[in-house]
Amino acid sequence: MQPIISVKHLFKTYATGHHALKDVSLDIMEGEILALLGPNGAGKTTLISSICGIVTPSAGSVSVAGYDIITDYRKTRELIGLVPQELTLGAFDTVWNTVSFSRGLFGKKSNPEYLEQLLHDLSLIEKRDSVLMTLSGGMKRRVLIAKALAHEPQIIFLDEPTAGVDVELRKDMWRIVEKLREAGVTIILTTHYIEEAEEIADRVGVINDGMLLLVDDKKSLMHDLGKKQLEIELKGTIEQLPESLSEWDLVLSDDGGQLTYTYDTQARSTGITALLQAISDAGLSLKDLKSKQSSLEEIFVNLVNLDS
Amino acid sequence: MNYHAVKVIYKFEMLRAWHTLLQTIASPVISTSLYFVVFGSAIGSRIQEVEGVSYGAFIVPGLIMLSLLTQSISNASFGIYFPRFTGTIYEVLSAPISFFEILLGYVGAAATKSLIIGSIILLTAGLFVDLTIAHPFWMLAFLILTCISFSLLGFIIGIWADSFEKLQLIPLLVITPLVFLGGSFYSVSMLPPAWQTVTLFNPVLYLISGFRWSFFEVSDVSVGLSLFMILLFLGLCMGIVWWMFKTGYRLKQ
Repeated sequence: MQPIISVKHLFKTYATGHHALKDVSLDIMEGEILALLGPNGAGKTTLISSICGIVTPSAGSVSVAGYDIITDYRKTRELIGLVPQELTLGAFDTVWNTVSFSRGLFGKKSNPEYLEQLLHDLSLIEKRDSVLMTLSGGMKRRVLIAKALAHEPQIIFLDEPTAGVDVELRKDMWRIVEKLREAGVTIILTTHYIEEAEEIADRVGVINDGMLLLVDDKKSLMHDLGKKQLEIELKGTIEQLPESLSEWDLVLSDDGGQLTYTYDTQARSTGITALLQAISDAGLSLKDLKSKQSSLEEIFVNLVNLDS
Repeated sequence: MNYHAVKVIYKFEMLRAWHTLLQTIASPVISTSLYFVVFGSAIGSRIQEVEGVSYGAFIVPGLIMLSLLTQSISNASFGIYFPRFTGTIYEVLSAPISFFEILLGYVGAAATKSLIIGSIILLTAGLFVDLTIAHPFWMLAFLILTCISFSLLGFIIGIWADSFEKLQLIPLLVITPLVFLGGSFYSVSMLPPAWQTVTLFNPVLYLISGFRWSFFEVSDVSVGLSLFMILLFLGLCMGIVWWMFKTGYRLKQ
């Protein structure tokens, strides 16, 4: 399967000397949802902006549907829609005019039926004649999405689309993303809400300090990097771990009533049976057992911390 | 060619003028009337004729140029500066559109607005003085070339400026003095010889001179030289805009 976006050895150094991207290579497959995770200033927006043509890369190449973004910019850009992070909208225009403007700007002839349906899907139809500066922040965010979708792009970049929006709108947005995925649109999003990436993305990329630390299928990422923990609740409390349990990767809770055992799910043996036997031999009685998988957020934090 | 993009940018910019229609029309009409009251009546009564043309009629081309130049610059500079200021420029930069098409949209709209204003001033002037246009084709050619050239200059200023103050700087401190000192309200031959030489370094002189020739067949410099200078200026501005888009100067990081 050919990637719809192929980023090869991309570098970006700003005039200030800041190295925003350092040798980033990435393939994005058609129809997938890729979530880019990373702390502020990691290079997520620079990467998106480079692909969209807003930032000029210092070195490297990007192709979209097999076309180079520099030499065949017309072909690549008409395939892409971008929802920027900031609420960058004009003030005096109406919703309808600004969405029509976006469609025309990307070379598409007028299609009122499509735009009406789009505004309807984004719950904007009643605001079609409203002036932009009178809209709430959430409504403006919807307008930005409508503008990005106005020319029926095959690829859409959502740069922090749910930053600062209320729960209802966030749910609406993910409903829209789901609908776009069903329509075969490739979606690349950056988000701080890791649980959302965990829920909606097919693959996850982690960027830190301009470097792409990894890109992997979400499930295999969690499988490979996710550690499992066994929480062992004790009957009664202890002040310190018995000497016989020191060889195990155990952490005693502050109140002395719980032991947490971290183990590798990929190892030949998790050691749980032996541990339980050792706990019993140490004269401790169990009250309850509970196991939990590392969340994507924990994986992300671990990766970034390791990189730092 | 992305015709749809050119069309929407042009339409968007023209709509902006439509929203301020009163200001767009009333402002040039009132200021032209005031110029005629002050220069035509108060001063003109003491200067009967300049090179065989009544003073009231003589100042018309200069008056049109004064408004044309300042309006072209302010329209075009604001047109591109405002999306930069609000951040909405991202959409134009990420669209499948060439620098020439962006120019056609923004500069085309700014030049159209200036052309409309120039026509309004011409009609207003016709109410005050008896006007005849000796070479209507050349008058129109000078008018259009000036609108395009100075809209291009405005576009350059709109990209260069990083504050509203800078946006006003060149029109106020450079263009207006150059128009006033470029023979808008007098013939260069009325100046002492030394100042006549200095005035030849003022590019606006060539615009006003050529434009005035198209009305009255009188000029300070040859018509061919006027045409050459305006085309040179047009080419220079195009070159600068091309460089700005190629390097992404103040547009892309």
